[in-house]
Amino acid sequence: MRNANLTAHYYDLDEHDHPEGGSTLLGFWLYLMSDCLIFAMLFAAYGVLGGNYAAGPGPRDLFELPLVALNTAMLLFSSMTYGFAMIEMQRGRVGGVQGWLVATALFGAAFLSIELYEFSHLIADGATPQRSAFLSSFFTLVGTHGLHVTFGLVWLGTLLVQLAQHGLTEANKRRLLCLSMFWHFLDVIWIGVFTFVYLMGILR
Amino acid sequence: MSNSHADVPHFSLTDYRTGFFASVVLTAIPFWLVMSGVLANNTLTALVIAGFAVVQVFVHMIYFLHMNTKSEGGWNFLALVFTVIVVGIVLSGSLWVMHHLNQNMMPMPHNMNELP
Repeated sequence: MRNANLTAHYYDLDEHDHPEGGSTLLGFWLYLMSDCLIFAMLFAAYGVLGGNYAAGPGPRDLFELPLVALNTAMLLFSSMTYGFAMIEMQRGRVGGVQGWLVATALFGAAFLSIELYEFSHLIADGATPQRSAFLSSFFTLVGTHGLHVTFGLVWLGTLLVQLAQHGLTEANKRRLLCLSMFWHFLDVIWIGVFTFVYLMGILR
Repeated sequence: MSNSHADVPHFSLTDYRTGFFASVVLTAIPFWLVMSGVLANNTLTALVIAGFAVVQVFVHMIYFLHMNTKSEGGWNFLALVFTVIVVGIVLSGSLWVMHHLNQNMMPMPHNMNELP
């Protein structure tokens, strides 16, 4: 008897009830933290290689800050509109959520278009990823962030279909919360990109 | 049974508004500093804009990601602290080691054909 008590004390013998999706948000947060490590590696690579121009063009020749400022504004607006979508979700208004999600998608698409416009100009000017270590690490870091935004947009489109078909079910709310974390996380990464890549590149 | 959504943050318009306007200010000032070149010293400007970036990351974490030390029984925060430590080691270690390696390298011309 005494042994059984001890066992029960040290080992969790009771089966707990695990509500559906109860650990999704924590799990998604852990995913974001591992994603953060990927970006840390890319930032470190850029930090080490960012000064090796191989006699090619440097940040001062290539970066256009007004364009970057516009891009930053687009991503910040999209974070704000996603926040409005979350508030509508809290109020249980599916139409409001859909409206603000569409606005978020438009700002996200604007961000991507501006980024692709910038990339195409760089490549047209001969500043391709193969040109120097600086450009390789630049395209890898900024391109990985852009790829994340692209997948965020695909996810957003999928959720709009889900919302139209099933409304604000518990599962859909959970998915919206995960995408909310993902989207705001990308905005946090962008703070690092515009500060350490673009602004400090001009100062270099 | 406890509510499975106890850890879902409460979204308030005030939080988002505060975060948004703080972010606008914290973004605009670094861009202005670099584009106008108000501070003559580049190193000083770099330090100031790095400071603004750190503050803005905090603003986003608190007002947009609703980060606090208690959500999910503290596990969110613990994972964040662990990540920040690893990121700090990766960044400072890479830059430190590679900077010294660069200093110890023999100066080389950009064009390998110019080698003696």
